[in-house]
Amino acid sequence: MKKYIVETSLSYPKKGAMGKTGSWRVFKPVLDTKKCVKCLRCWISCPEASIHREKDNSVSIDYDFCKGCGICANECNVKAIVMEREKTKGK
Amino acid sequence: MALKDLPVDECLLQGNASCPGCPATIGLRLVLKALGKKTIMVVPACCTAVIESLYPYTSFDVPVMNIAFEAAAAGASGVEAALRQQGRTDITVVAWAGDGGTYDIGLQALSGALERGTNFIYICYNNQIYSNTGIQRSGATPFAAWTTTTVGGKTEFRKELGEIILAHHIPYAAQTCISYPEDLYNKIKKAMSIKGSKYVEILAPCPPGWRFSMDKTLEMGRLAVDTGAWSLWECENDVMTFNGKSKLLLEKKIERKPIEEWIKYQGRFSHLFKPELDEKRLQAIQEHIDHLWERYRKCYVKI
Repeated sequence: MKKYIVETSLSYPKKGAMGKTGSWRVFKPVLDTKKCVKCLRCWISCPEASIHREKDNSVSIDYDFCKGCGICANECNVKAIVMEREKTKGK
Repeated sequence: MALKDLPVDECLLQGNASCPGCPATIGLRLVLKALGKKTIMVVPACCTAVIESLYPYTSFDVPVMNIAFEAAAAGASGVEAALRQQGRTDITVVAWAGDGGTYDIGLQALSGALERGTNFIYICYNNQIYSNTGIQRSGATPFAAWTTTTVGGKTEFRKELGEIILAHHIPYAAQTCISYPEDLYNKIKKAMSIKGSKYVEILAPCPPGWRFSMDKTLEMGRLAVDTGAWSLWECENDVMTFNGKSKLLLEKKIERKPIEEWIKYQGRFSHLFKPELDEKRLQAIQEHIDHLWERYRKCYVKI
């Protein structure tokens, strides 16, 4: 059988293909672990997969990639996540 | 299925090019959680083609084939035929297209693939506009909504693509929304287990396109279901079932909220409220939804 080689542009998977998207953020979500009831609503609602889920269902926020949309704070029923304005550096 | 039972693995990587609060990435995460890594995706021109990010990197951890706007279902048919020839039946082929690529441009290829009975899942994430090219009107845009091509509000009602799909009598068709993750996950899992053509449509409220605050993405989806502007149903072998809230609405167990509840949060409908209340058009939208649900009741409620 004759084999054809098709040359095409191929992209490979990489975490952070657009760089550290955390720099897009204006408001930053802050998690209060004492209030958290481990319902995982923030984890499943995050568009960016920036809320990490541990084995015991506790969550932590990855600030390198969080775009600061605020869905997690809006979805949290016990208000364990609040949005705070990012501090500007060097001003 | 509870939230804690959903898999932890992510096939959509962090740091992609989506807008903050993007509904498509919420949908993609859930869909890829259900499908797993043995999946080939076919993506036409849509927002997801942008979310894949810049060459030579991609944010997808599964194979993706990019294809022309009108050819999502045709491309998926080709991928499925090639896999069948190689005897690889363990791989799911998924076409993932926006509403522009499904309602308008890709409808002919989709209808063809469904008619041939291609063994694949077609997923349409419906944000009711061509958001990738800059918020133009599509066949899914509702009546009176602002877009960049319908400045005073759209003058036509949206078409019911779900019912066009049902007319193909495929083994499985469903409508769901990103605001109900368990519902979405279960429907994709069910679609995976069935052989033949499957169609799933996901409502995806788009913050820049619908002009609402980006933290309200999931709330808009829930309100769309509560007001009856969107419905959750699945149709397996021509047996129609409504799910969740839509089932309660259909059986009149809970009261449907007035449509204003949904549209008052969206900037694309703001011309209906200011400078003065446009009661005529608001009433037209409400009547359209009442009529739709009356028809659902006549067709699908067993007496």
